Amino acid sequence: MIELSGVTKRYGPNTVVNSVSLTIPGGGVTALVGPNGAGKSSLLSMIGRLLPMDEGEIRVDGLDVSRIAGDVLAKKLSILRQENQVAVRLTVKELVEFGRFPHSRGRLTAEDGRHVEEAIDFLELAEFAGRPIDRLSGGQRQRAFIAMVLCQDTDYVLLDEPLNNLDMRHASQTMGLIRRLATELNKTIVIVLHDINFASYHADRVVAMKDGAIVADGTPREIITGPSMAEIFDLEVPVHSYADRPVAAYFAIGSRHLHGQD
Amino acid sequence: MLVDRWRTALAVRGRGIPDRGRPVLVLVLLGILLAMVTALFMTYDLKGSLDFALELRGRKVGGMLLVGFAVAYAAVLLHTITNNRILTPSLMGFDALFVLIQTGAAFLFGTLAFLAIDVRLRFGIEVGIMLAFAAILYRLLFGGENRDLFLLVLAGIITGTVFSSLTALIMRVLDPNEFLTLQDLLFANFSTVNRDLLLVSAAAVVVIIVATRPLLGQLDAVAIGREHAINLGVNHRAVVRQCLVAIAVLVSVSTALVGPVAFLGLLVSNMAYQLTGTFRHRYTPAAAGMIAAIALIGGQFILQEVFASVVRLSVIISFIGGIYFILLLLREAGR
Ligand SMILES: Nc1ncnc2c1ncn2[C@@H]1O[C@H](COP(=O)(O)OP(=O)(O)O)[C@@H](O)[C@H]1O
Ligand SMILES: [Mg+2]
Repeated sequence: MIELSGVTKRYGPNTVVNSVSLTIPGGGVTALVGPNGAGKSSLLSMIGRLLPMDEGEIRVDGLDVSRIAGDVLAKKLSILRQENQVAVRLTVKELVEFGRFPHSRGRLTAEDGRHVEEAIDFLELAEFAGRPIDRLSGGQRQRAFIAMVLCQDTDYVLLDEPLNNLDMRHASQTMGLIRRLATELNKTIVIVLHDINFASYHADRVVAMKDGAIVADGTPREIITGPSMAEIFDLEVPVHSYADRPVAAYFAIGSRHLHGQD
Repeated sequence: MLVDRWRTALAVRGRGIPDRGRPVLVLVLLGILLAMVTALFMTYDLKGSLDFALELRGRKVGGMLLVGFAVAYAAVLLHTITNNRILTPSLMGFDALFVLIQTGAAFLFGTLAFLAIDVRLRFGIEVGIMLAFAAILYRLLFGGENRDLFLLVLAGIITGTVFSSLTALIMRVLDPNEFLTLQDLLFANFSTVNRDLLLVSAAAVVVIIVATRPLLGQLDAVAIGREHAINLGVNHRAVVRQCLVAIAVLVSVSTALVGPVAFLGLLVSNMAYQLTGTFRHRYTPAAAGMIAAIALIGGQFILQEVFASVVRLSVIISFIGGIYFILLLLREAGR
């Protein structure tokens, strides 16, 4: 279980996360949505203790993330940030192997090797395994980072827009994998999603943020509705139903007037 | 044009992805080369009392090994914790501060009184002040959330310049005799390495090696970036703090023994990354240290035997290292 109480982050005079309290029970996929700048990445980074908070408290399985030893938490919780750079030249395989660091401290065992291979296979990276990550396409690199986090094999996985740059095939496959991690291995996934329809289809719960605060929280069916989309994103979005799930047809809005439909 | 060609040559070599054998092979070859250079230096053209000559040369070699390793390790550590390969402790003003401490103390207490202090005690106090500087630097570098490389370099160069200017100012007001004595101390060369200082330095370096050994694996994670390292369970702050302490001690060792050797660290660390084709700390400090020792011992030998010591080794190293630094900057800018 992840518990946030009164979590606040300020940059100078700007409060970008404003006293957020939230409980995420163990298991399941929680999607974090909201407009750019809402504070989603900041919130996720604070849960993953990458960003110090100004006020409040975050507990994972009852342990305070700002106090618990880093190596203990690293076996429990992993985080993939929105932007990822690596300061040295690494191959895909070396990067993915780093995911095993919390378990092996750099000396890989046979079991570590299996995890690495599985993650590489699953993200269809085998043909690039020996290639330096700075010579991959954006989507291929993103998949390598996802493989690294998967390798860490933690109960809690925080993912910040992991589908960025992925093509349709890899986006849906990755999201399917994330869903299975929750369903079959009972992992707790918190994922920032850009595309609300992925949240609709794969998340158990949708938490919406705006201006540093949580403005909506519920099942996809409760949150992905015309009125609440309008409130969260300041946009009138037609919401349809497909395969028994709400689908927001936001991609059609911008050009509606071109077709004279208004 | 030339830079372009040089850049491609470098990039291609850097791209040779390490099969795990390569770093080991490089270490072995460097070890052999170092042994050969050392043997040559120790035995070439021995005359007169054998014991005396060997003792004297042994002391020189010991000094150069210590300085080489200290400079190289300090540079590698700084590169890792700042995630760039261009900064060196000497660019950040570390050795300029050490010189300032010595000059300031000589000024306050008188050069002779200063020299009369037991060399081990003096070294201990100097290291203490260096550690205080490291602590301040730690706040400046890692206290805030954004650390801009450009600002860092600028701040380092400015502090270094301030330290050097202060040193120059003090030297100007010193009495000429004291000035000469002090100069000998500050820019000691390898032929006049003090035996007690050598021993205390060796002890300091051994302590640092032993103390940082458990960090090496974590440093690999720190090298890929702060956030990745934290996610992987590394206590980033603690590792950075320990590295800065190690750097302060290592710079004290090398500067106390031979004075500032600008650019040596930059040169040998980058050569080590390129030759071994890896950033892993199981290999890079050892490789960089051996390259430095080979350069110092080999360079000193050539200077003594071929050029009859008309030029100082540190001048040549600064010259070559300076050119290399500019090339590295150009290469980074071209990215
Ligand atoms: N390092 C920083 N310094 C100042 N402001 C920042 C910094 N990082 C983020 N912000 C601001 O915090 C707000 C929230 O950012 P973020 O958490 O990245 O939002 P989201 O992920 O929801 O798009 C934004 O307005 C952003 O400009
Ligand atoms: Mg974001």
